[in-house]
Amino acid sequence: MNAELLFDAALILLLLALAAATLHTRKLYTAIVLFIVFGLMLALTWARLGAVDLALAEAAIGAGLIGVMLLAAFGRSGPEAATRAPPAVLAASVLLCSLLLVLFAQGVWPLANNSAPVPELVNSHLAASGVSHPVTAVLLNFRAWDTLLELVVLLLALLGVRQLHSPNMNLPAAWPLLQAWSRLLAPLSIVIGGYLLWRGSHAPGGAFQAGAVLAAGAIVLRLAGLLPPLRWNWWPMRACVLGGVALFMTIAAAGYWLGSGWLDYPPGLGKTLITLIEIAATVSIAVSLSLLVVGDTREITP
Amino acid sequence: MSEPAVWLYWSSWPFLLGGVFFFLAGTIGLLRFPDAYSRLHAVTKADTLGLGLLVLGLCLRSESWQAVAQMLLVWLLVMASGATACQLLARYQRESDTDSAVSRPRAEPFHNER
Repeated sequence: MNAELLFDAALILLLLALAAATLHTRKLYTAIVLFIVFGLMLALTWARLGAVDLALAEAAIGAGLIGVMLLAAFGRSGPEAATRAPPAVLAASVLLCSLLLVLFAQGVWPLANNSAPVPELVNSHLAASGVSHPVTAVLLNFRAWDTLLELVVLLLALLGVRQLHSPNMNLPAAWPLLQAWSRLLAPLSIVIGGYLLWRGSHAPGGAFQAGAVLAAGAIVLRLAGLLPPLRWNWWPMRACVLGGVALFMTIAAAGYWLGSGWLDYPPGLGKTLITLIEIAATVSIAVSLSLLVVGDTREITP
Repeated sequence: MSEPAVWLYWSSWPFLLGGVFFFLAGTIGLLRFPDAYSRLHAVTKADTLGLGLLVLGLCLRSESWQAVAQMLLVWLLVMASGATACQLLARYQRESDTDSAVSRPRAEPFHNER
């Protein structure tokens, strides 16, 4: 039997088993841990399919940060109540899921014959985009509108979480070992985040992955008690959060008024503008994600 | 393949098999050992020794020095994070053990009456 086929089959079975176990386990904490493992396996699957960008994003955001967010939410929530969904809800969700599955199969099936027209289209216009990595070219040039909206979604999520006024986590006094370890990890996260950002123009990497790695460094430092509370009413914090969307919108609007159109970069300036947007977006994503996990929700009126 | 390359290729097998053995033993220990401390003991053996042997074996097979350096760095990072995580988990377990022993001495069903 082919060794690669064996590995892939084991990976697929493990993914399905982990998904089922995550949904059907009794305890919330077990479900969260299984979900994190599921994210890591999913990252491995993306890497196996050759989608390294997605694998990096899934490992950093899907498994890492969402796992931390779920654990933080679990720590803030009270004792769980065992609830069972009524049969009508179950039937409705089964119906909805099967409809979605049909839609999904219809969307994915053409890809099986390698007949998708998009990759060739992207590669033929790659020279005009200003970057040499096709994924970055799609994200920040051909479909920049989607990336702008993703940043807006992240901003809305942060504002929504702030409206909820969730109580602060009671952080216990950090052990010296954790402090020493976070002192070692934080510079590493800056180096790796910077490397991912720099790499994004010509190889897998980019703003979201870099931002997630930077946020992880900040969160570890905050949990170890080495960073002061991340306060929303400190204006540089808000400026960092809003910077990504603001710069993106400014460039888009400037292109609309002065140049050829909304989010259409002038020829020759593509690389500079994309780099600027990537840097601002990385800072914005890093600060937003850190605030989502360890932000101080208390309003301190001046 | 040239003569030294063949020799390196075959000499990597004991390291790779040793790594696989430690990973298997660590997994079985994680599943079968009774308490948190001995489970941690089993898992960290897989992390450090198992991964180290695998990395050594793969280094003997690798084509470039850059790949060797990258694998050694990965091993160093995983070893450091595994050791730290093990200490933190063990410490958490010990604190919750002493907490439960202090706060509710009669809560355990089979606790000895003194």
